[in-house]
Amino acid sequence: MTVFDKPKSLTDAPLHYCPGCTHGIIHRLVAEAIDELGIEGRTIGIAPVGCSVMAYNYFTVDMVQAAHGRAPAVATGVKRADPSKIVFTYQGDGDLASIGTCETVHAAARGENITIIFVNNAIYGMTGGQMAPTSLPGQITQTSPYGRDVATQGYPVKVCEMLSQLDGAGYLERVAVNNVKNIKNAKKAILKAFKNQVEGKGFSLIEVVSTCPTNWGLTPEKALEWLNDNMLPYYPLGVYKDKFAEEAAK
Amino acid sequence: MAKLTFKTDLCKGCGLCVGACPKNLLVIAKDKINKKGYHPAEMTDAEKCIACAFCATMCPDCIITIEK
Repeated sequence: MTVFDKPKSLTDAPLHYCPGCTHGIIHRLVAEAIDELGIEGRTIGIAPVGCSVMAYNYFTVDMVQAAHGRAPAVATGVKRADPSKIVFTYQGDGDLASIGTCETVHAAARGENITIIFVNNAIYGMTGGQMAPTSLPGQITQTSPYGRDVATQGYPVKVCEMLSQLDGAGYLERVAVNNVKNIKNAKKAILKAFKNQVEGKGFSLIEVVSTCPTNWGLTPEKALEWLNDNMLPYYPLGVYKDKFAEEAAK
Repeated sequence: MAKLTFKTDLCKGCGLCVGACPKNLLVIAKDKINKKGYHPAEMTDAEKCIACAFCATMCPDCIITIEK
């Protein structure tokens, strides 16, 4: 009996991510959700710009690679052109919370029936570790060598909290992938986000607090500890909005 | 007994599986080098494995298959 195997919706291509990068775990969780819902044949993914720009190599579904930050807008177009398709975007924090803030906020405000997987690792990974909108106060990056100073660089963007104010946003949850328990919770959240779309409910966004060992300058194991000690207090996990459950309860 | 199979040539030696194993059965094999040039993870004592799949859950590169 097989206890654990690679999900069918992941290709055999070796992942190009750095050793210990949790992108691979999140890819797997998305693929497992696609497998479990049996929607492989009618799913279309939207890849972002960033480390996961080549996500189209890793999923056995049709993929579009959008311009920087525009994945929710492209997803809107794909979904509206063919509502029978299941459309998800996979975006990092430099993509979704920075250049793509407008598209994200308005896709949520319109309540588009799409699923967004938002990977937040508090840094620009692909370009070499610059400060991101989600970098923590005091966090040392390539472009904030003395630590992020909130007096000049402002405060981090908390995407789930921000979007929870919008009536259009349906399901918002923040999860992490730093240990097995959190990964199991993340899997449930991602599955639910896809399920919402299959059932035609509306906009779902899952924020996954993730690591970047290379640009944080830590070993993969230490990066998980850093995530737990520094990121989770600033980005508390939990469900920020579940409009569909509230509506069902009425 | 559980049977773990590693796709050793895809391993990047990050060690997340090593930290996840509740029985401390996994190690990074410092005396081996795979095709990518990394020291791969390997099982030290398959007899003691309880097939909890924590290692496979943590593995970012999805290289571990577990059968029971």
